[in-house]
Amino acid sequence: MCLSIPSQVVAVDNERQSVTVDTLGVRRDVSSHLMTEPLAIGDYVLIHIGFVMNKIDRNDALQSLELYQEIVSKLENETTH
Amino acid sequence: MLELKQLYQGFRDPQTIASLAQDIAKVARTLKEPINIMEVCGGHTHTIMKYGLLDLLPDNIEFIHGPGCPVCIMPKERIDQAAVLAQQEDVILVTLGDMIRVPGSKGSLASFRAKGCDIRPIYDPLDTLKIARDNPHKTVVFFAIGFETSTPMTAVLLQLAEQQKLANVFFHINHVLVPPAIDAVMHDPNARVNAFIGPAHVSVISGAKIYRPAVEQYGTPVVVSGFEPVDVMESILRIMRQKAAGKAELDIQYSRAVSEQGNLAAQAKVEQFFQIRPQFRWRGLGPIPNSALQLKPEYAHRDAELRFKNCLPVKEIDDHKACQCGDILRGLAKPKDCKVFGRGCNPETPLGSCMVSSEGACNAYYRYQGIDSKEQHHG
Ligand code: SF4
Ligand code: SF4
Repeated sequence: MCLSIPSQVVAVDNERQSVTVDTLGVRRDVSSHLMTEPLAIGDYVLIHIGFVMNKIDRNDALQSLELYQEIVSKLENETTH
Repeated sequence: MLELKQLYQGFRDPQTIASLAQDIAKVARTLKEPINIMEVCGGHTHTIMKYGLLDLLPDNIEFIHGPGCPVCIMPKERIDQAAVLAQQEDVILVTLGDMIRVPGSKGSLASFRAKGCDIRPIYDPLDTLKIARDNPHKTVVFFAIGFETSTPMTAVLLQLAEQQKLANVFFHINHVLVPPAIDAVMHDPNARVNAFIGPAHVSVISGAKIYRPAVEQYGTPVVVSGFEPVDVMESILRIMRQKAAGKAELDIQYSRAVSEQGNLAAQAKVEQFFQIRPQFRWRGLGPIPNSALQLKPEYAHRDAELRFKNCLPVKEIDDHKACQCGDILRGLAKPKDCKVFGRGCNPETPLGSCMVSSEGACNAYYRYQGIDSKEQHHG
Protein backbone atom coordinates (compact mmCIF):
# COMPACT_ATOMS: atom_id res chain seq x y z
CA MET A 1 0.00 0.00 0.00
CA CYS A 2 2.86 2.38 0.54
CA LEU A 3 4.08 2.59 -3.02
CA SER A 4 4.38 5.92 -4.72
CA ILE A 5 3.98 6.60 -8.40
CA PRO A 6 5.74 9.12 -10.66
CA SER A 7 3.33 11.54 -12.35
CA GLN A 8 3.41 14.87 -14.14
CA VAL A 9 1.61 18.05 -13.06
CA VAL A 10 -0.86 19.25 -15.72
CA ALA A 11 -2.84 21.87 -13.75
CA VAL A 12 -2.37 23.78 -10.49
CA ASP A 13 -5.11 25.05 -8.17
CA ASN A 14 -3.31 27.03 -5.45
CA GLU A 15 -6.48 28.06 -3.66
CA ARG A 16 -7.61 24.50 -3.02
CA GLN A 17 -4.01 23.31 -2.51
CA SER A 18 -4.58 20.77 -5.19
CA VAL A 19 -2.94 19.82 -8.48
CA THR A 20 -4.08 17.70 -11.39
CA VAL A 21 -1.55 15.06 -12.38
CA ASP A 22 -1.15 12.71 -15.30
CA THR A 23 0.02 9.17 -14.58
CA LEU A 24 0.70 7.65 -17.99
CA GLY A 25 -2.64 8.79 -19.37
CA VAL A 26 -4.74 8.68 -16.20
CA ARG A 27 -5.62 12.09 -14.78
CA ARG A 28 -6.67 12.89 -11.25
CA ASP A 29 -6.61 15.60 -8.62
CA VAL A 30 -4.24 15.22 -5.71
CA SER A 31 -3.47 17.31 -2.65
CA SER A 32 -0.42 19.57 -2.49
CA HIS A 33 -0.75 20.23 1.26
CA LEU A 34 2.62 18.65 1.97
CA MET A 35 4.54 20.87 -0.44
CA THR A 36 5.94 24.23 0.60
CA GLU A 37 7.66 25.04 -2.66
CA PRO A 38 5.24 25.93 -5.46
CA LEU A 39 4.47 23.30 -8.07
CA ALA A 40 4.38 24.18 -11.76
CA ILE A 41 2.87 22.58 -14.83
CA GLY A 42 5.33 20.03 -16.22
CA ASP A 43 6.90 19.17 -12.86
CA TYR A 44 7.43 15.50 -12.09
CA VAL A 45 6.11 14.47 -8.70
CA LEU A 46 5.66 11.36 -6.59
CA ILE A 47 2.08 10.55 -5.59
CA HIS A 48 1.10 8.54 -2.52
CA ILE A 49 -2.51 7.97 -1.39
CA GLY A 50 -3.80 11.12 -3.03
CA PHE A 51 -0.96 13.47 -2.04
CA VAL A 52 2.14 14.89 -3.69
CA MET A 53 5.00 13.63 -1.50
CA ASN A 54 7.78 15.46 -3.26
CA LYS A 55 9.17 16.53 -6.60
CA ILE A 56 11.32 14.29 -8.75
CA ASP A 57 14.57 15.96 -9.75
CA ARG A 58 14.59 15.90 -13.54
CA ASN A 59 18.36 16.28 -13.93
CA ASP A 60 19.07 13.63 -11.38
CA ALA A 61 16.77 11.17 -13.16
CA LEU A 62 18.40 11.97 -16.50
CA GLN A 63 21.87 11.46 -15.03
CA SER A 64 20.89 8.04 -13.73
CA LEU A 65 19.47 7.04 -17.11
CA GLU A 66 22.69 8.20 -18.81
CA LEU A 67 24.79 6.25 -16.36
CA TYR A 68 22.80 3.10 -17.13
CA GLN A 69 23.37 3.66 -20.85
CA GLU A 70 27.09 3.80 -20.17
CA ILE A 71 27.04 0.62 -18.10
CA VAL A 72 25.18 -1.20 -20.87
CA SER A 73 27.50 -0.02 -23.64
CA LYS A 74 30.63 -0.70 -21.59
CA LEU A 75 29.47 -4.27 -21.15
CA GLU A 76 28.61 -4.63 -24.83
CA ASN A 77 32.15 -3.52 -25.69
CA GLU A 78 33.65 -5.98 -23.25
CA THR A 79 31.71 -8.90 -24.69
CA THR A 80 32.30 -8.04 -28.36
CA HIS A 81 36.06 -7.45 -28.05
CA MET B 1 14.22 16.39 -22.20
CA LEU B 2 12.81 13.83 -19.84
CA GLU B 3 9.55 12.09 -20.67
CA LEU B 4 7.30 10.61 -17.99
CA LYS B 5 7.56 7.30 -19.85
CA GLN B 6 11.30 7.23 -19.24
CA LEU B 7 10.73 7.47 -15.49
CA TYR B 8 9.05 4.10 -15.80
CA GLN B 9 10.70 2.30 -18.72
CA GLY B 10 14.21 3.60 -18.13
CA PHE B 11 14.22 2.02 -14.70
CA ARG B 12 12.78 -1.29 -15.92
CA ASP B 13 15.10 -1.80 -18.89
CA PRO B 14 16.06 -5.50 -19.13
CA GLN B 15 19.46 -4.74 -20.67
CA THR B 16 20.37 -2.41 -17.83
CA ILE B 17 19.25 -5.03 -15.32
CA ALA B 18 21.41 -7.66 -17.03
CA SER B 19 24.44 -5.36 -17.11
CA LEU B 20 24.09 -4.48 -13.46
CA ALA B 21 23.77 -8.18 -12.65
CA GLN B 22 27.13 -8.81 -14.33
CA ASP B 23 28.77 -6.01 -12.38
CA ILE B 24 27.30 -7.38 -9.15
CA ALA B 25 28.61 -10.87 -9.96
CA LYS B 26 32.11 -9.46 -10.55
CA VAL B 27 32.23 -7.76 -7.18
CA ALA B 28 30.59 -10.75 -5.47
CA ARG B 29 33.46 -13.01 -6.55
CA THR B 30 35.88 -10.91 -4.52
CA LEU B 31 33.90 -11.24 -1.28
CA LYS B 32 34.55 -13.86 1.35
CA GLU B 33 31.51 -13.52 3.59
CA PRO B 34 27.94 -14.04 2.32
CA ILE B 35 25.84 -10.91 1.98
CA ASN B 36 22.46 -11.04 3.70
CA ILE B 37 20.48 -8.04 2.59
CA MET B 38 17.31 -7.12 4.39
CA GLU B 39 14.93 -5.23 2.17
CA VAL B 40 12.96 -3.51 4.89
CA CYS B 41 9.88 -2.88 2.79
CA GLY B 42 7.54 -5.28 1.06
CA GLY B 43 7.50 -3.02 -1.97
CA HIS B 44 11.05 -4.17 -2.63
CA THR B 45 10.12 -7.81 -1.96
CA HIS B 46 7.49 -7.41 -4.63
CA THR B 47 9.99 -6.00 -7.16
CA ILE B 48 12.55 -8.73 -6.41
CA MET B 49 10.01 -11.48 -6.98
CA LYS B 50 8.12 -9.91 -9.88
CA TYR B 51 11.22 -9.29 -11.97
CA GLY B 52 12.90 -12.56 -10.96
CA LEU B 53 15.95 -10.72 -9.61
CA LEU B 54 16.90 -13.65 -7.36
CA ASP B 55 17.72 -15.71 -10.44
CA LEU B 56 20.12 -13.01 -11.67
CA LEU B 57 22.13 -12.77 -8.48
CA PRO B 58 25.10 -14.83 -7.31
CA ASP B 59 24.63 -17.44 -4.59
CA ASN B 60 26.45 -15.48 -1.93
CA ILE B 61 23.70 -12.84 -1.84
CA GLU B 62 20.59 -13.67 0.15
CA PHE B 63 17.50 -11.57 0.72
CA ILE B 64 15.75 -11.32 4.02
CA HIS B 65 12.27 -9.92 3.67
CA GLY B 66 11.79 -7.39 6.40
CA PRO B 67 8.91 -6.00 8.44
CA GLY B 68 8.30 -2.97 6.27
CA CYS B 69 4.61 -3.33 5.73
CA PRO B 70 1.96 -1.51 7.75
CA VAL B 71 -0.59 -4.05 6.57
CA CYS B 72 1.52 -7.10 7.31
CA ILE B 73 2.54 -6.03 10.80
CA MET B 74 -0.91 -5.09 12.11
CA PRO B 75 -1.63 -7.33 15.11
CA LYS B 76 -4.98 -9.05 15.31
CA GLU B 77 -6.13 -7.10 18.36
CA ARG B 78 -5.94 -3.83 16.43
CA ILE B 79 -8.04 -5.29 13.62
CA ASP B 80 -10.46 -6.60 16.24
CA GLN B 81 -10.68 -3.06 17.61
CA ALA B 82 -11.51 -1.75 14.15
CA ALA B 83 -14.20 -4.42 13.83
CA VAL B 84 -15.70 -3.44 17.18
CA LEU B 85 -15.71 0.22 16.15
CA ALA B 86 -17.49 -0.68 12.92
CA GLN B 87 -20.17 -2.53 14.93
CA GLN B 88 -21.03 0.50 17.09
CA GLU B 89 -24.28 2.17 16.30
CA ASP B 90 -23.97 5.07 13.86
CA VAL B 91 -20.27 4.55 13.22
CA ILE B 92 -18.73 4.58 9.76
CA LEU B 93 -15.26 3.02 9.68
CA VAL B 94 -12.99 4.35 6.95
CA THR B 95 -9.66 2.77 5.99
CA LEU B 96 -7.20 2.34 3.16
CA GLY B 97 -7.61 -0.49 0.64
CA ASP B 98 -5.55 -3.57 1.61
CA MET B 99 -6.39 -3.29 5.27
CA ILE B 100 -9.88 -4.65 4.97
CA ARG B 101 -8.71 -8.12 3.94
CA VAL B 102 -6.35 -8.77 6.85
CA PRO B 103 -7.76 -11.43 9.19
CA GLY B 104 -8.42 -10.43 12.78
CA SER B 105 -9.39 -13.02 15.39
CA LYS B 106 -13.08 -12.88 14.39
CA GLY B 107 -12.65 -12.27 10.70
CA SER B 108 -11.45 -9.50 8.42
CA LEU B 109 -13.07 -6.10 8.09
CA ALA B 110 -14.32 -7.30 4.70
CA SER B 111 -16.26 -10.06 6.45
CA PHE B 112 -17.79 -7.55 8.87
CA ARG B 113 -18.70 -5.37 5.95
CA ALA B 114 -20.48 -8.31 4.34
CA LYS B 115 -22.45 -8.67 7.59
CA GLY B 116 -23.72 -5.13 7.20
CA CYS B 117 -21.21 -2.93 9.05
CA ASP B 118 -20.59 0.40 7.38
CA ILE B 119 -16.92 0.02 6.44
CA ARG B 120 -15.59 2.11 3.59
CA PRO B 121 -12.30 1.34 1.90
CA ILE B 122 -10.81 4.47 0.35
CA TYR B 123 -7.77 5.39 -1.67
CA ASP B 124 -7.29 8.96 -0.45
CA PRO B 125 -7.54 9.83 3.28
CA LEU B 126 -9.15 13.19 2.43
CA ASP B 127 -12.22 11.30 1.15
CA THR B 128 -13.01 10.96 4.86
CA LEU B 129 -13.96 14.66 4.96
CA LYS B 130 -16.68 14.19 2.40
CA ILE B 131 -18.03 11.11 4.16
CA ALA B 132 -18.17 13.11 7.42
CA ARG B 133 -19.91 16.04 5.76
CA ASP B 134 -22.45 13.80 4.06
CA ASN B 135 -23.19 11.99 7.31
CA PRO B 136 -23.35 14.69 10.00
CA HIS B 137 -25.25 12.47 12.44
CA LYS B 138 -22.78 9.63 12.26
CA THR B 139 -19.38 9.18 13.83
CA VAL B 140 -16.71 8.66 11.20
CA VAL B 141 -13.60 6.82 12.39
CA PHE B 142 -10.50 6.85 10.22
CA PHE B 143 -8.48 3.68 10.89
CA ALA B 144 -5.06 5.17 10.14
CA ILE B 145 -2.24 2.89 9.02
CA GLY B 146 1.15 3.34 7.49
CA PHE B 147 4.81 4.06 8.04
CA GLU B 148 6.49 7.48 7.96
CA THR B 149 5.33 7.60 4.34
CA SER B 150 1.64 7.87 5.20
CA THR B 151 1.55 9.64 8.56
CA PRO B 152 1.71 13.19 7.13
CA MET B 153 -1.44 12.49 5.12
CA THR B 154 -3.31 11.58 8.31
CA ALA B 155 -1.95 14.79 9.86
CA VAL B 156 -3.39 16.85 6.99
CA LEU B 157 -6.75 15.09 7.38
CA LEU B 158 -6.77 15.94 11.08
CA GLN B 159 -5.79 19.54 10.38
CA LEU B 160 -8.59 19.96 7.85
CA ALA B 161 -11.14 18.30 10.14
CA GLU B 162 -10.19 20.84 12.82
CA GLN B 163 -10.26 23.79 10.42
CA GLN B 164 -13.60 22.75 8.96
CA LYS B 165 -14.97 22.05 12.46
CA LEU B 166 -16.06 18.55 11.51
CA ALA B 167 -16.65 17.30 15.04
CA ASN B 168 -17.71 13.83 13.91
CA VAL B 169 -14.27 12.75 12.60
CA PHE B 170 -12.23 10.46 14.90
CA PHE B 171 -8.93 8.64 14.48
CA HIS B 172 -7.71 5.17 15.40
CA ILE B 173 -3.96 5.63 14.98
CA ASN B 174 -1.72 2.75 13.91
CA HIS B 175 1.17 4.66 12.42
CA VAL B 176 4.46 2.84 12.91
CA LEU B 177 8.13 3.75 12.53
CA VAL B 178 10.83 1.99 10.53
CA PRO B 179 14.00 2.51 12.62
CA PRO B 180 12.70 0.79 15.80
CA ALA B 181 11.70 -2.22 13.67
CA ILE B 182 15.25 -2.42 12.30
CA ASP B 183 16.52 -2.30 15.87
CA ALA B 184 14.16 -5.12 16.87
CA VAL B 185 15.45 -7.29 14.04
CA MET B 186 19.10 -6.53 14.78
CA HIS B 187 18.76 -7.17 18.50
CA ASP B 188 17.60 -10.72 17.86
CA PRO B 189 20.59 -12.92 18.74
CA ASN B 190 19.95 -14.95 15.58
CA ALA B 191 20.01 -11.92 13.31
CA ARG B 192 22.01 -12.54 10.15
CA VAL B 193 21.44 -9.26 8.34
CA ASN B 194 24.61 -7.45 7.27
CA ALA B 195 23.23 -4.86 4.86
CA PHE B 196 19.96 -2.98 4.33
CA ILE B 197 18.00 -1.67 1.39
CA GLY B 198 15.90 1.17 2.79
CA PRO B 199 12.53 2.07 1.24
CA ALA B 200 12.67 5.25 -0.81
CA HIS B 201 9.13 6.37 -0.08
CA VAL B 202 9.74 6.50 3.68
CA SER B 203 12.81 8.66 3.09
CA VAL B 204 11.08 10.93 0.59
CA ILE B 205 9.25 12.10 3.72
CA SER B 206 11.71 11.41 6.57
CA GLY B 207 14.99 11.86 4.75
CA ALA B 208 17.84 9.38 4.58
CA LYS B 209 18.98 10.66 7.99
CA ILE B 210 16.72 8.23 9.88
CA TYR B 211 19.13 5.40 9.01
CA ARG B 212 22.32 7.08 10.30
CA PRO B 213 22.00 5.49 13.76
CA ALA B 214 21.59 2.01 12.21
CA VAL B 215 24.68 2.47 10.04
CA GLU B 216 26.71 3.55 13.04
CA GLN B 217 25.34 1.09 15.55
CA TYR B 218 25.41 -2.08 13.45
CA GLY B 219 28.19 -1.27 11.00
CA THR B 220 25.97 -2.24 8.08
CA PRO B 221 25.64 -0.40 4.77
CA VAL B 222 22.20 1.13 4.21
CA VAL B 223 21.25 2.09 0.66
CA VAL B 224 17.99 4.03 0.26
CA SER B 225 16.56 2.57 -2.92
CA GLY B 226 13.80 3.19 -5.42
CA PHE B 227 11.30 0.47 -6.30
CA GLU B 228 11.96 -0.16 -9.97
CA PRO B 229 14.07 -3.25 -10.74
CA VAL B 230 16.96 -1.13 -12.04
CA ASP B 231 16.90 0.86 -8.81
CA VAL B 232 17.06 -2.32 -6.75
CA MET B 233 19.89 -3.80 -8.82
CA GLU B 234 21.89 -0.59 -8.61
CA SER B 235 21.36 -0.52 -4.85
CA ILE B 236 22.63 -4.10 -4.55
CA LEU B 237 25.71 -3.15 -6.59
CA ARG B 238 26.33 -0.20 -4.27
CA ILE B 239 26.07 -2.48 -1.24
CA MET B 240 28.52 -4.94 -2.82
CA ARG B 241 30.99 -2.16 -3.56
CA GLN B 242 30.82 -0.96 0.04
CA LYS B 243 31.39 -4.51 1.25
CA ALA B 244 34.34 -4.96 -1.10
CA ALA B 245 35.88 -1.74 0.19
CA GLY B 246 35.20 -2.72 3.81
CA LYS B 247 32.89 0.24 4.29
CA ALA B 248 29.52 0.73 5.99
CA GLU B 249 27.90 3.93 4.83
CA LEU B 250 24.54 5.56 4.31
CA ASP B 251 23.97 5.95 0.60
CA ILE B 252 21.03 7.33 -1.38
CA GLN B 253 20.40 5.52 -4.66
CA TYR B 254 17.00 7.18 -5.14
CA SER B 255 18.53 10.64 -5.20
CA ARG B 256 15.95 11.80 -7.74
CA ALA B 257 13.50 12.30 -4.87
CA VAL B 258 15.28 11.57 -1.58
CA SER B 259 17.56 13.95 0.30
CA GLU B 260 19.34 13.67 3.63
CA GLN B 261 16.68 15.86 5.25
CA GLY B 262 13.49 14.74 3.47
CA ASN B 263 10.26 16.73 3.24
CA LEU B 264 10.53 19.11 6.20
CA ALA B 265 7.00 20.49 5.78
CA ALA B 266 5.59 16.98 6.07
CA GLN B 267 7.75 16.24 9.11
CA ALA B 268 6.51 19.46 10.77
CA LYS B 269 2.89 18.38 10.26
CA VAL B 270 3.60 15.03 11.91
CA GLU B 271 5.31 16.81 14.84
CA GLN B 272 2.33 19.09 15.27
CA PHE B 273 -0.22 16.32 15.80
CA PHE B 274 1.63 13.19 16.92
CA GLN B 275 3.87 11.97 19.69
CA ILE B 276 5.72 8.69 20.26
CA ARG B 277 3.62 5.84 21.64
CA PRO B 278 5.51 4.07 24.44
CA GLN B 279 4.89 0.65 22.95
CA PHE B 280 3.23 -1.04 19.98
CA ARG B 281 2.86 -4.75 19.38
CA TRP B 282 3.92 -5.74 15.85
CA ARG B 283 2.46 -8.80 14.27
CA GLY B 284 5.33 -11.27 14.01
CA LEU B 285 7.85 -9.19 15.94
CA GLY B 286 6.03 -8.64 19.22
CA PRO B 287 6.08 -5.48 21.34
CA ILE B 288 8.64 -2.86 20.30
CA PRO B 289 9.17 0.20 22.49
CA ASN B 290 8.70 3.65 20.96
CA SER B 291 7.86 2.10 17.61
CA ALA B 292 4.60 3.85 16.81
CA LEU B 293 2.77 7.15 17.13
CA GLN B 294 -0.32 8.41 18.93
CA LEU B 295 -2.21 11.69 18.95
CA LYS B 296 -0.92 14.48 21.16
CA PRO B 297 -3.09 15.25 24.22
CA GLU B 298 -4.35 18.46 22.54
CA TYR B 299 -6.15 16.24 20.04
CA ALA B 300 -7.55 13.74 22.55
CA HIS B 301 -11.04 14.84 21.46
CA ARG B 302 -10.30 13.15 18.09
CA ASP B 303 -8.94 9.92 19.52
CA ALA B 304 -11.21 6.93 18.87
CA GLU B 305 -9.20 4.86 21.34
CA LEU B 306 -10.33 7.27 24.10
CA ARG B 307 -13.83 7.97 22.79
CA PHE B 308 -14.60 4.23 22.61
CA LYS B 309 -12.33 3.15 25.46
CA ASN B 310 -15.08 1.16 27.20
CA CYS B 311 -15.86 -1.14 24.32
CA LEU B 312 -12.45 -1.73 22.70
CA PRO B 313 -10.93 -5.16 23.40
CA VAL B 314 -7.33 -5.01 24.58
CA LYS B 315 -6.48 -8.69 24.83
CA GLU B 316 -3.41 -9.54 22.76
CA ILE B 317 -4.05 -12.22 20.18
CA ASP B 318 -1.33 -14.26 18.55
CA ASP B 319 -1.33 -15.61 15.05
CA HIS B 320 -2.35 -19.05 13.89
CA LYS B 321 0.12 -21.57 15.31
CA ALA B 322 1.30 -22.73 11.90
CA CYS B 323 1.99 -19.21 10.69
CA GLN B 324 5.66 -18.35 10.47
CA CYS B 325 5.32 -14.70 9.56
CA GLY B 326 7.34 -13.76 12.63
CA ASP B 327 10.32 -15.85 11.57
CA ILE B 328 10.00 -14.63 7.99
CA LEU B 329 10.06 -10.99 9.07
CA ARG B 330 13.18 -11.67 11.11
CA GLY B 331 14.90 -13.49 8.29
CA LEU B 332 14.86 -16.88 10.02
CA ALA B 333 12.53 -18.59 7.55
CA LYS B 334 11.34 -18.28 3.97
CA PRO B 335 7.64 -18.41 3.02
CA LYS B 336 8.03 -21.94 1.65
CA ASP B 337 9.24 -23.16 5.03
CA CYS B 338 5.71 -22.61 6.32
CA LYS B 339 3.70 -25.85 6.34
CA VAL B 340 0.47 -24.20 5.21
CA PHE B 341 2.01 -21.98 2.51
CA GLY B 342 -0.14 -22.17 -0.62
CA ARG B 343 -2.32 -24.86 0.92
CA GLY B 344 -4.25 -23.64 3.96
CA CYS B 345 -2.94 -20.16 3.35
CA ASN B 346 -3.24 -18.36 0.03
CA PRO B 347 -4.16 -14.84 -1.09
CA GLU B 348 -7.89 -15.71 -1.19
CA THR B 349 -7.95 -17.13 2.33
CA PRO B 350 -4.88 -15.76 4.10
CA LEU B 351 -4.08 -17.22 7.51
CA GLY B 352 -1.31 -14.77 8.23
CA SER B 353 -0.76 -11.18 7.30
CA CYS B 354 2.24 -11.75 4.98
CA MET B 355 -0.18 -13.39 2.54
CA VAL B 356 -2.58 -10.46 2.33
CA SER B 357 -1.16 -7.46 0.56
CA SER B 358 0.60 -7.76 -2.77
CA GLU B 359 3.81 -6.69 -1.04
CA GLY B 360 3.68 -9.28 1.72
CA ALA B 361 6.53 -11.81 1.42
CA CYS B 362 4.29 -14.90 1.29
CA ASN B 363 1.98 -13.26 -1.23
CA ALA B 364 4.89 -12.30 -3.51
CA TYR B 365 6.36 -15.82 -3.37
CA TYR B 366 2.97 -17.35 -4.04
CA ARG B 367 2.22 -15.17 -7.03
CA TYR B 368 5.59 -15.25 -8.71
CA GLN B 369 7.04 -18.63 -7.79
CA GLY B 370 3.99 -20.80 -7.19
CA ILE B 371 3.58 -23.36 -4.46
CA ASP B 372 6.21 -25.98 -5.05
CA SER B 373 9.52 -25.46 -6.71
CA LYS B 374 11.58 -22.56 -7.91
CA GLU B 375 11.11 -23.80 -11.46
CA GLN B 376 7.37 -23.30 -11.30
CA HIS B 377 6.78 -19.77 -12.43
CA HIS B 378 3.23 -18.53 -12.36
CA GLY B 379 3.36 -15.22 -13.94
S1 SF4 C 1 1.70 -3.31 1.77
FE1 SF4 C 1 3.74 -3.61 2.63
S2 SF4 C 1 4.82 -2.11 0.92
FE2 SF4 C 1 2.99 -1.58 1.76
S3 SF4 C 1 3.41 -1.87 3.43
FE3 SF4 C 1 2.78 -4.07 2.92
S4 SF4 C 1 4.76 -4.85 2.61
FE4 SF4 C 1 5.25 -2.61 2.50
S1 SF4 D 1 2.14 -18.81 4.32
FE1 SF4 D 1 0.48 -17.86 5.49
S2 SF4 D 1 0.51 -18.89 7.45
FE2 SF4 D 1 2.46 -19.31 6.45
S3 SF4 D 1 3.84 -17.72 7.17
FE3 SF4 D 1 2.95 -16.96 5.29
S4 SF4 D 1 1.17 -15.81 5.93
FE4 SF4 D 1 1.78 -17.04 7.69
